Amino acid sequence: MASLWSIFYSFLKIGAFTFGGGYAMIPLIEAEMIQKRGWLSREEFINQLTIAQSVPGPIALNTAVFVGYKTRGMKGALAALVGVIIPSFFIILLIATCFTDFKDNTTVAAAFKGMRPAVVALIATPLIGMAKGMNWWKIALALLAAAAIWQLGLSPIWFIFGGALVGIAWSFRPEGRKEDER
Amino acid sequence: MIYLQLFLSYLKIGFFGFGGGYAMISLIYNEVVVQNGWLTASELADVAAISQMTPGPIAINCATYVGYTVTGNAWGSLLATVAVSLPSMTLMLLATRFYLKLRGNRHFEGAMAGMQPMMIGLILSSALMLFGPETFIDWKSWLIFAGCFVASIKRVNPILLIVLSAVAGIVFY
Repeated sequence: MASLWSIFYSFLKIGAFTFGGGYAMIPLIEAEMIQKRGWLSREEFINQLTIAQSVPGPIALNTAVFVGYKTRGMKGALAALVGVIIPSFFIILLIATCFTDFKDNTTVAAAFKGMRPAVVALIATPLIGMAKGMNWWKIALALLAAAAIWQLGLSPIWFIFGGALVGIAWSFRPEGRKEDER
Repeated sequence: MIYLQLFLSYLKIGFFGFGGGYAMISLIYNEVVVQNGWLTASELADVAAISQMTPGPIAINCATYVGYTVTGNAWGSLLATVAVSLPSMTLMLLATRFYLKLRGNRHFEGAMAGMQPMMIGLILSSALMLFGPETFIDWKSWLIFAGCFVASIKRVNPILLIVLSAVAGIVFY
């Protein structure tokens, strides 16, 4: 069983190395939670991401709550949440109090220029793994949704709810149970 | 009472911030710049830039920063950070319990299956949004991207990749 300390420590690491928003943490979670610790299966992880998107709040926090709660209940959720928040909190506090010229620092700016393309790669690669298990029309739907959100600036929440409604409607069909899905 | 106002504003930001990070910026702008005048628009742009350069969720980074600037002490930071995290904590707890209970139910699994392509589309759209000239400055950016892409597929530790790309940035630029 996962100790509260190991949950806290894992999310502390994730909090300290997630640059560029919640989705960049996906490969970190895969490496830490699925491969190394075995706290989540791949399928649970996919479900978790889906749920995290349909609930308000940062993806990183929602993920922490899910994994923490699943492994150790309420205390686990709290340990994960505090762990993922602590690095941001202290780094920003340090910048606000001591290094107010942080963003004009040339070394930081250079490091950041190097990290930006890396973050795009870290967000993009898990998509390949996720797409592998899907049939062509699901991939087509994903591409369509991505294009609409990206180009038309539509709010993602409508797509999530729409997908849920279609999925529920589909589950009411009389026969042909689960074989044709995923 | 500035502390109460700070708490309520960040509670609101946490509660209505669907879709994470960048989607929350406009919400933060409305609360922090328009409603309360705690920061000017250009100060908020600075905070957003700092948030991107530091690890962690943008909403948390911004809450910590604004909490400090508004009250002048670390308690303000803590208060705003707790406020912005509370909705996540409670709503996601409910959602997780709901999920663990309903898992295996045919209609619930149907909803999950229907949301799944949308979830992937959402992640893809956020990767596409980063595909701009600010991210890809020159061929060296593409080199870092290609290297990380291949390494990430080969399951090289992502923390190592972040550190290496930061070092590459310092060497290159």
